[in-house]
Amino acid sequence: MRIPCPCCGSRDRREFTYYGASVFLDRPAEDAGLEAWDAYLHLRDNPAGVTRDLWYHDPCQSWIEVERDTVTHAILSTAPVARRRA
Amino acid sequence: MVDLIADKPFQGLPLSIGRASVEGMDPGPVTAIQPFPGATLPMPFPQAGQVLAQGGGRLVWAGRETAFLMGEAAPDLAGLAGVTDQTDGWAWARLSGPDMAAVLARLCPLDLRALPVGTSARTMLTHLPAIVIRTAPETLEIGVFRSMAGTLEHELSAAMRAVAARASLR
Repeated sequence: MRIPCPCCGSRDRREFTYYGASVFLDRPAEDAGLEAWDAYLHLRDNPAGVTRDLWYHDPCQSWIEVERDTVTHAILSTAPVARRRA
Repeated sequence: MVDLIADKPFQGLPLSIGRASVEGMDPGPVTAIQPFPGATLPMPFPQAGQVLAQGGGRLVWAGRETAFLMGEAAPDLAGLAGVTDQTDGWAWARLSGPDMAAVLARLCPLDLRALPVGTSARTMLTHLPAIVIRTAPETLEIGVFRSMAGTLEHELSAAMRAVAARASLR
């Protein structure tokens, strides 16, 4: 499996560390209520198909949001997390 | 103040096995430059993979929004960038010879045959985070954390021996 790093280009999966679903970036407001916080902290989808998750490219120190297909292992798109938060 | 004795990071180099040689190198002062968001530096800043001439030294891309100034004293970039001394934090070795890429193919997931001369890349050598700079078709400079210099030396010598052994069977 190869992942295109937005910084370095296409790199081997061994250079990356997996974190988890990218909904981790969508932190609820402090007063969003228990249900929203429970979902944010504990509830994750486990789709057979397109999913979005966070990977860290160890060599260049970039967090990357990767859209990929868990059935075909195709990487559909990647984007740097830093730009999304800017 | 105690007078400390400077010691070289690689105890077993230079080493030449088969068609590859590796030697320790002193790149001069090494300074990490990490521009603050929105800041404009008084010098060109390297894009991913770029190595730029800077004064008498080199400005080498060394990671996301990070460059290493090598072989030149640290500039005053107060208010513009994070500037940290890395001189003793990294150990540098120069691997050269016709089998340079074949040796590293055993250690590194990046295809170094395809790395253009005069560019740098961040990658892993086995589990070592490394900076590689290709300075000539058969010459690669490798930087790793100084604490991992012994591991780099071991991994390189093992890979060089294996490539040479394999070539001797042809």
